[in-house]
Amino acid sequence: MSSRRSRSRQSGSNSRITDDQINDLVSKLHQLLPEIRNAHSDKVSAAKVLQETCNYIRSLHREVDDLSERLSELLATTDNAQAAIIRSLLMQ
Amino acid sequence: MDLQNLNPSSLKSRFTARFLRALTEINAPKTISSSSPREIFQRYRRIKVAADKSMAYSVRSRRIWSRATLWRLRTRSRSRRLVSFGRRASVKTRTTASHGKENKEHHGAVLGVQAEELRELVPGGEAMDLCNLLDETAHYIKCLTTQGFCVYMGGLLCEGCC
Repeated sequence: MSSRRSRSRQSGSNSRITDDQINDLVSKLHQLLPEIRNAHSDKVSAAKVLQETCNYIRSLHREVDDLSERLSELLATTDNAQAAIIRSLLMQ
Repeated sequence: MDLQNLNPSSLKSRFTARFLRALTEINAPKTISSSSPREIFQRYRRIKVAADKSMAYSVRSRRIWSRATLWRLRTRSRSRRLVSFGRRASVKTRTTASHGKENKEHHGAVLGVQAEELRELVPGGEAMDLCNLLDETAHYIKCLTTQGFCVYMGGLLCEGCC
């Protein structure tokens, strides 16, 4: 799915970005966010969506950080043979 | 079947294959002190780079953010080889989406601070107009969740093999 290609209603250039396009993209982003607090999800302002998006991206970064750290500690205990097993299991 | 599109299952498998290859390389030099805090930290850094690399290479140059990440990774490894720590290359100049600059200013002003914050979080975001920024962010988030999932699964498997 090439969302950028299907997005441009003009002749393929972004020279006239309309508010509608922006709102479309913002609501698309909104759908990706984990809904924790918002009861009225259709009434969230674009600024709020962007703010939540920033928070979400930061939390995803932190999550990968924590998981990588955990993996690093785990790799201290596994040995090469097991690593090869893991690899072959997931390559199927 | 797989037409090089963002198909979650194929992104996962592309990412996982690369990531596991990198992991086995990271895990390869088995020294006696492989569980010292310093070694653990160094391995953690390498895992992080491997995760970012795997993600960017799985998406290749189809996205502005992945191009920015690839460029940053290459620049960093190049400058490390040259041992010139002063040269922190900025991501800004390579990925230009400078058309629609007035739109960036207009809509960017409406969404103000949040858009600027987002630009700093998404690789290559500084040079994107608002439309691209929002589009790239959506794709970036999907890939980040895939990345987290794959690293998590890697951890589970390592745990299972202990």
